Parts: sequence; structure tokens; C-alpha cells
Amino acid sequence: MSALPATPTAALDGVLQRHGHCPTELLQILIEAQDLEGWLPAQTLTHIAQSLHIPRSRVEGVAGFYSFLYTQPVGRYRVLFSDNITDRMLGNTELMDALCRKLWIEPGKLSEDGLVSIATTSCTGLCDQGPAMLVNGRAIGQLTHRRINEIAEMIRQQRPLELWPAEYFQIGDNIRRKDSLLNLDMKPGAALAAVIELGREGWLQEVQKSNLRGRGGAGFATAVKWASARNASGEPKIIVCNADEGEPGTFKDRVLLNSYADLVFEGMTLAAWAVGASEGFLYLRGEYRYLMPQLEAVLTRRREAGLLGHHILHEPCFDFDIRIHLGAGAYVCGEETALIESLEGKRGTPRIRPPFPVTKGYLGRPTVVNNVETLAKTCLIALAGGEAFAASGTAQSAGTKLLSISGDCAEPGIYEYPFGVPIARILEDCGASDTQAVQVGGASGVCLAGYEFQRRIAYEDVPTAGAFMIFDGSRDLFDVARAFVHFFAHESCGFCTPCRVGTSLLQGFMDKLADGHGAKADLADIDWLDRLLKNASHCGLGSAAPNPVIDTLQKFRPAYERRLVSLDFEPAFDLDAALAEARQLTARDDPGAHLHTHEEEEK
Amino acid sequence: MSPAPAPARKLRVATTSLAGCFGCHMSFLDIDEHLFELVELVEFDRSPLTDIKDVGPCDIGLIEGGVCNAENVHVLREFRRHCKTLIALGACAVNGGLPAQRNHLPLSECLREVYQFRPGLDNGQIPNDPELPLPLDKVRPIHEVVRVDYFLPGCPPSGPAIWKFLTDLIAGRTPRLANGLLHYD
Ligand SMILES: Cc1cc2nc3c(=O)[nH]c(=O)nc-3n(C[C@H](O)[C@H](O)[C@H](O)COP(=O)(O)O)c2cc1C
Ligand code: SF4
Ligand code: SF4
Ligand code: FES
Repeated sequence: MSALPATPTAALDGVLQRHGHCPTELLQILIEAQDLEGWLPAQTLTHIAQSLHIPRSRVEGVAGFYSFLYTQPVGRYRVLFSDNITDRMLGNTELMDALCRKLWIEPGKLSEDGLVSIATTSCTGLCDQGPAMLVNGRAIGQLTHRRINEIAEMIRQQRPLELWPAEYFQIGDNIRRKDSLLNLDMKPGAALAAVIELGREGWLQEVQKSNLRGRGGAGFATAVKWASARNASGEPKIIVCNADEGEPGTFKDRVLLNSYADLVFEGMTLAAWAVGASEGFLYLRGEYRYLMPQLEAVLTRRREAGLLGHHILHEPCFDFDIRIHLGAGAYVCGEETALIESLEGKRGTPRIRPPFPVTKGYLGRPTVVNNVETLAKTCLIALAGGEAFAASGTAQSAGTKLLSISGDCAEPGIYEYPFGVPIARILEDCGASDTQAVQVGGASGVCLAGYEFQRRIAYEDVPTAGAFMIFDGSRDLFDVARAFVHFFAHESCGFCTPCRVGTSLLQGFMDKLADGHGAKADLADIDWLDRLLKNASHCGLGSAAPNPVIDTLQKFRPAYERRLVSLDFEPAFDLDAALAEARQLTARDDPGAHLHTHEEEEK
Repeated sequence: MSPAPAPARKLRVATTSLAGCFGCHMSFLDIDEHLFELVELVEFDRSPLTDIKDVGPCDIGLIEGGVCNAENVHVLREFRRHCKTLIALGACAVNGGLPAQRNHLPLSECLREVYQFRPGLDNGQIPNDPELPLPLDKVRPIHEVVRVDYFLPGCPPSGPAIWKFLTDLIAGRTPRLANGLLHYD
């Protein structure tokens, strides 16, 4: 946290000044303004609105959208437990209860002295070293009861975070298998020198020959994206590196940014050369804010080395620089058009496409959005050529893929494989046994059952952005699907009705089953909701939201069926209990003052 | 839409109003001269249009209003038991509607306000006659209490919407309301 200058308003004006009083910087301004007092009081929002000459409602709208922005007071220690299914499997719920008990507070509430607040948050990208938490934005992994005891004590003593044991904040890379990318030891600037040699056109041709496809999920051909942005009119053109990495179970971009940041920034610069772009953004998810200082240091070093800025490597027409923009806890901002809205300082509401970002993106300019891994991979192409890159992998999936492996296995972490690797091989390598299911691609991906473990990781078979969560025979796949449904309901941006209402109805049905009120009729309603979400949602979040349910209903149906208490219909609530208040008010207890949950019992 | 082909036998239809205002039933009567066509196609079981007190085996049941008390639960269950097809008619049956406005208040507050604290009601008492059905703590849409086959939204759904819906159903078509007929008011 930055040191507090004399008065908050002076500090706030400093923040506004630093961002040039520019409304497109609103989100960054709010994030930094919040650092001053830990939350955003009403007068701060008003002051920001006035200084930027924008309606206060817009400021409030943005502040209300992001889950890491607080318009109500939060604790001076703000503890957020990562709540992915893999954290739950490692016992995060029990640890959170224990911490709450020790500090005498309830989850989601602020302690009376304003000292501490404890809540949950979506996956923080520490799945290989969970259970995890964020304390005032700093990540702590490998939580145990012992750590929880110590944390409770340090909070009680109000010990500043800087004085907490350093090993708490050590986040390991856990790289378990390296292939071409992770083995690459490149001198910063080497790839750039190679492509400047090739010329812009020649470089684009190499990318095309490489058959590189996007690693962010959709698998779009990178050369096609770059060429479209290059041919689009409008200046200056923009390169965005998508480091939102919000998909539950994914953490490979975190490792690339932590230990391979030069490859990522060089990749962005390679893209800029191909496209003719002059501005770059790294959109860094708020959960990874702790990486900011070291990433800024890499950028500074690259500027000093002539790898960013004016006349890169003395090339007269090559100007490009990169700024880091922070997200603030919104999964939907990984969707490229929502990300662009967020970059512009707005709520992360996905845009209607077309127009696509390559023609009209950030501030209406041609914009390339690529995943962290995609961009890093372009260094390989620059150094060894497109054909060499295309030679590994499968027919439709060139090169390698980083997998973020977590869940029930001996060695969770990062594994790099050439595309085409069978699921069974991966399970063997990471020491998984008695595997019941694998969730590939995160909550929005696919759930594979044992009979599918011969399938391969590739766009043409099992595509994935990298998450690989393993569930052994002791796990209940209904719980897994339910946790993902909760995730989507929480992360739905609320813009379109099918997703806003659909995800919360789906959550209601899953909870109904979990609470022991399930009926066969609910399964039919769940099917119907699945179809509605898939077909009517505005963006990929809503259309992927039913995936975990569709897959598990198909492959692990008994996990649902054993929860049914009726083969027809069952209310989600206790009818007799619904009369209790009226019974009390009227002091009645005659038979007419009761209802049976099941009609047959009435007679 | 062409007039519905007559089914082999007359379908039996029951209707009732639970926690509703009878506005939906009024709207039903608003199908005007179609009523004559309708009685050619269906016969009525329990309904405000007949004097039948208990619902018997039916093809179609139309429910107006949500579920606000124990009696509503009993009637609704009886309808469900006897009707092959059960329809939530109107906003109250579909969502709880206006009566569900009380859901954000504790029931005790509502009852005390009405029976004890209202000016001019000194010494008022919350009625406790066993003849009276007890209110539920919350007003529920009917699908939270029984399985419902179709939903016809609107407050009330218009006469033409109800007519289209019924003729579809009678003719064996899955009811489908085009844009103009579908309202979520
Ligand atoms: C809900 C949602 C979340 C997404 N999250 C990410 C993300 O965290 N990182 C990412 O690179 N792509 C994410 N994507 C995909 C992006 O929209 C976009 O396709 C991708 O960044 C393009 O980069 P690529 O071509 O290099 O894969 C997400 C898409 C959706 C619909
Ligand atoms: S599908 Fe969900 S996340 Fe996407 S725009 Fe609609 S409400 Fe927002
Ligand atoms: S939906 Fe409207 S018209 Fe029908 S019962 Fe409710 S309030 Fe009355
Ligand atoms: S951060 Fe814990 S599983 Fe992702």
C-alpha cells in the first residue's frame, strides 16, 4: 500500500493528476483511490466524478461492478479465501470457519472495530498451492491450521503485512515439465532483431506458416487476427495482452508473467511490429497485482535497452510501449470485448460483435487481443521460423500447450506438452491415481470420465485454455458441478437476462438438490435451463455456464439421481415451517394450522 | 389462426383464483364471442363460472393467483391431482405478483399493522378462528408448490392471449404466443 500523504484529498488529487484526469483511466483511478482508505467512501466517488467531468452515476456504476472495489467499509485486514472447487477439496471452508471463530467475526461482515473482514472470492490462480487467500491483495498459498492460527494472531496484533513472514508470500512456479517454450532461454531482444530483419510482411508470413492458434480458449488463428488489424484503418493500433486468467483452475499465465515476462513483453512487441501498432496494454487481473512491481521493473529495463519506446532497436518507424492496466475481480473481463470496455475505464460488459476488436477495439481503434501464452509463443516462431513451430503438435494444433494441473494428484503444477498428448499420459505424469474425472478447460470446459482418457489435448479433440483439474474416486461430481454453477452465477455480469436470471435459477436448482429437496421434475427444468443459457446468452460466459451440469448429468447422472427425494415434484422449502410464524401469532396448533410436505400424508 | 379442429370429446376445464384479484378471470371473459366457440369445445368443471365446489378429473386447470395461505395449498394440490395439464395464469400465479410485495416484510409486521396498529382499531387482535386458513410466511408462485406445465404471463394476460393459448392447447399444438400477445407486466 502506498504511504499516506497529508490529507486524503491531496492524495486523491495526486492519483487523478497521475492519470491526467482522463475518464478512460477511471478504473485505474478507483483502484488507486481505494488504496488510500481501503474502500471508496461516497465523497471520494463524488470528487472523482467532479474532477473527471463525468456523471457520478458512471463512477458509481464502475465502482459497483468490480468485486475488488468496495463502496462500503471493509476491514483494515481484508481476507479473501479463494473458493474454487480445488480449494474446497483442500479444506478451505474449514480453515475459513476457523479464522472467523478466532477473530470473532462472521464471513462477509466487518468486525466492529473495523479491523478485519473475511469473505470468499473466485479462483485466485493458486490452485497448485491451495488452499489460498488474498490479504489486502497479497496472495498466500498452502494454508494450514497452523498458518491460520498465526495469521489470526498477527491480525489481532495489527502487525503490518510487510512484517509477516516472507515465506507466506512465496508463490512457487511449480514447473514440472518443460518443452520448447519453458526451455527457451532467450536474450531479450533476440526475437525482435530477427523479425526486424524479416520486415513486417515477412514476419507475418512466418506467423502464418507456424499455424499458431490462440491459447486463450477460442483457438483463433493468430496470423489472421494480426493481418486483420494490420489491414484495418484507424490509428494508433493497439496490442492487448490478456492476463485476466480468471478461468477456475488456470494459473499458467501467472507463471509466465512471474518467470518469463520478457517473452511475454517481447511477444507483444513482435505483434506490434506485424500489425503496426504503437500502444500496448497488459491487462493484469487484480488477483495478480502482487506481480506489478516486478513487471514494471522488466518494462523499465526493456525501455532502457531500447526494446520499447521510440525507434525500437534503432528502427526508425518502430515505436511501441506497454502500460499495465489492472483488473479488479471480474471473470467476465477476460472476454476480449469486456476487457476492452474495462480498459476504457467502464463496467466490463461484453460488446455486441461485429464489429470485432481487430477493426474497432480500444477507443474504436484496431486492437489485437491475445492471450499471454500465445504472445510468448511468438518468440519461438521469430527465433526458429514458422515451419519449425508447425512441425510439432498435431495437424490442426501446432506447437505445445501449457497445462495448469491441480486437484487429486501427487504433483500439481505447470506441464508443457506438445499438442496431441493423451489425457491418460498426463494423469500418469502428474501422479494421479484412481481418477474418476478430469475437468479440462476450467469451469467452462469439459468434464471427462474414465472412458475418455485416451482422448487428446488438441483443438480437434479436447481443446483447452490450460486448466486441468483432477477428481479421484472419493469426489462427488455433483458437488463439482454445483461449485462451478455458483461461480458462474456470481460472475455473470448481469447485462443479459438469459444469463443473469438463468445462472441464478440453475444455482437454485442445484442448491435444491443439495439441500435434499430434489425431484425428477427438477432434472427436466435443469435441462431446459441448460439449453436456454447455451442458446440465448449474449457472451461466452452465459453459454458456457451450463457446461459442467450438462457433462456431469450425462456422465455422472447417479450423482444427481441419488439426491432425488421424489420422482415427481418436491417443493424447495418446508411448507409446514412456512406456517410457523402464523401459528405463533395466532396461538393455533389445530390440524388446519399445519401442512404436510407431501400431499399423500394429508389424508 | 384457423379455428381449432374439434377434439374427439369435449375437454374438461377447471379454473380457480388463489391469491389473485379475479382480474385474470375477467380477462378470460374478455374473449367475448369466442366464449360461444369455447363451450362447443370444452365443458367446465370447478370454476367461478359453474357451481361445482370440488374439482374432479380434468384435462386442463387454469390457476390465477399465487399461494398465500394453507387453503391455497390444498386447492392447488387438488387441482394438480386432477388436471392433466396445469397452467399458471397471470403474473401472480407465475411470480407471486402484487401479493408477493409483502414478502420483504416479516409476516408478523404485516398482520400487526393491519389488525392491531391501524388507527381506530383499539385492542384489535389477529384473527385466530380455526375456520380461517393460516397465511404462509411468504407468498409463493404456484410452481414452487406443485409442478406446473405452462406459464401464461401478463397482468392480466389479454383475452386474445388466453384464447390463443387455449385454442392451441385444445388443438394439440404447443401453445406459443407471438410477440404482441406476450406481456410481462
Ligand atoms: C467469459 C470469458 C472469459 C475469458 N477469459 C479469458 C482469459 O482469462 N484469458 C484469455 O486469454 N482469454 C480469455 N477469454 C477469451 C478471450 O475472449 C479471447 O478469445 C482471447 O483472449 C484471445 O486470445 P488468443 O487468440 O491469444 O487466444 C475469455 C472468454 C470468455 C467468453
Ligand atoms: S452472458 Fe452473462 S456475462 Fe455474458 S453478457 Fe450476458 S449476463 Fe453478461
Ligand atoms: S395477474 Fe394481475 S389480473 Fe391476474 S390475478 Fe394477479 S393482479 Fe390480478
Ligand atoms: S486459486 Fe485455488 S483453485 Fe484456483
